[in-house]
Amino acid sequence: MRIPKPLRNPSLVVGGLIVLTLVSLAVFAPVLATHSVDLPDMRNRFSYPSAEHLLGTDNLGRDLWSRLIYGARISLSIGVISVTTAALIGTTVGLAAGYFGGWIDMLLMRITDVFLGFPAVVLTLAIVAVLGPGIVNISAAIIAVTWTEYARVVRATTLVLREQNYVQAARALGASWPRILFREILPNTLGPIVVLASLGLGTAVIIESAMSFLGFGLPPPTPTWGWTLSFGTRFIRDEPWLSIISGATIMITVLGFNLLGDGLRDILDPRQLSRVGANK
Amino acid sequence: MVAYVTRRLLLLIPMAIGMVVVTFGLLLLVPGDPAAVLLGPEASPEMIQNLRQSLGLDDPWYVRLGGYFWQLLHGDMGRSIFQSAPVSEIIAGRIGATIELAVVALLLSTLIGVTLGVVAAIRQGSIVDTVSMLLAQLGVSMPVYWLGVLLAGALAGTPGWPPPSRRGAPRPAALRAAASRTAYAKGLRRNRVVVRHALRNALLPVLSVIGLRFGALLGGAVLVEMIFAWPGLGQLTFSAVSQRDLPLIQGIVLTFALIFALVNLVVDLLYAAVDPRIRLG
Repeated sequence: MRIPKPLRNPSLVVGGLIVLTLVSLAVFAPVLATHSVDLPDMRNRFSYPSAEHLLGTDNLGRDLWSRLIYGARISLSIGVISVTTAALIGTTVGLAAGYFGGWIDMLLMRITDVFLGFPAVVLTLAIVAVLGPGIVNISAAIIAVTWTEYARVVRATTLVLREQNYVQAARALGASWPRILFREILPNTLGPIVVLASLGLGTAVIIESAMSFLGFGLPPPTPTWGWTLSFGTRFIRDEPWLSIISGATIMITVLGFNLLGDGLRDILDPRQLSRVGANK
Repeated sequence: MVAYVTRRLLLLIPMAIGMVVVTFGLLLLVPGDPAAVLLGPEASPEMIQNLRQSLGLDDPWYVRLGGYFWQLLHGDMGRSIFQSAPVSEIIAGRIGATIELAVVALLLSTLIGVTLGVVAAIRQGSIVDTVSMLLAQLGVSMPVYWLGVLLAGALAGTPGWPPPSRRGAPRPAALRAAASRTAYAKGLRRNRVVVRHALRNALLPVLSVIGLRFGALLGGAVLVEMIFAWPGLGQLTFSAVSQRDLPLIQGIVLTFALIFALVNLVVDLLYAAVDPRIRLG
């Protein structure tokens, strides 16, 4: 039997499987959780994986498996909210800058440069400090530091597409600019956008868990991954398991999104346009 | 070259203005009365009114923005609310430690990254290639604070250990490029081709990666400094954010942005100097 081409791309398959597993775990967390996420059991602190506790327990004897899959819900929701909004803002800016050019381009790109000029973690921290914690506020902070990538990539793509014959033909036929932008150009920028969005989900997970690791994320008893890791670090000398399992969860998640993004790039973006802005 | 340098320097001006506006805008994001938020629920109305006056909160925003520019032009970043010292002095006392950390991290990671990249490119398809590319992928996905925590655990808190960072590696493409092929054809030995020709071209992406990644490095410093108790700007950021010391937060954000902008300026100028294809008139 012939294997379809996308399935022969190892990055895509491995990344896709990781992401699919994570999403299912998050969606079905209420069914899959074996224990309550905030039920302490002081006789069972720092236990290793067992039939009773699939991934062991934390410093208060709470079941880690249940806490981590509920944590996936938080990380993934913040990821999805911030990535879709950032992609929307960035794409709009990029389309306008690339298509209209001139002073509009100049102005929009200088604004983009300014936002790119702040180290992401520092600006996120400052925004969260000002707004206070909460899913929406943390997402807003992540959006502020990530929309620039979409703007740069979509602008670069639009600059190329604008000069293509089919766009020129549409213009000669009297198509209005919204029609050209949304019907002719936008569909052809979707490939790089999807690639960036997949990589962006990994970035969002890293930033969100960094915030909660520092204690500026959602307040306890919310079982965020960063918070679990931060507890793990306090006991790392004697009980390393807690920090290993929570850190590995974050890493595998980010790895999954990165692999998926790389795999998607091979298929959707053969000219690798999304590399233009893939570095932060 | 002079024209290019001048133009590049002039570009810093709108950039800096934009950064100041964003930094100022942070204050406008505070929900409710910033003075009341800053002082907490136990503050008396007079205390709040005093702080409002000293922060100039009763003026319209454009007056305050103008005032903020004026202040900054005189090197004044305001006063910290909780440390009762000028923000600029507090930052000046911390900045050296962070720059030291960032430079060591940058040098080490570039050295390791470039060496691994070159070896992997020469021996394409070998174990070294596979393993180093695998490590690179893992390194990119690894949260810097987690690695820091694991190291902190393993090293039992050895102070002064530089943070791990991730660095892009030069691609094999530079080795296959025309310049390298020509050099091979001239009968030059392999080491010479690698060092003089391929590496020079491979240096370009490394340079731009350094520029782009420096921001991540500075951000990583915040997390790493906390884990390793390193007395730099990162630790200061952490305490400022914990206390919601807004003037201090603004000062730190602006300082980080300016350092980042200057690093990128240097990278751009170096890029122009190294790239054999760019001859800027």
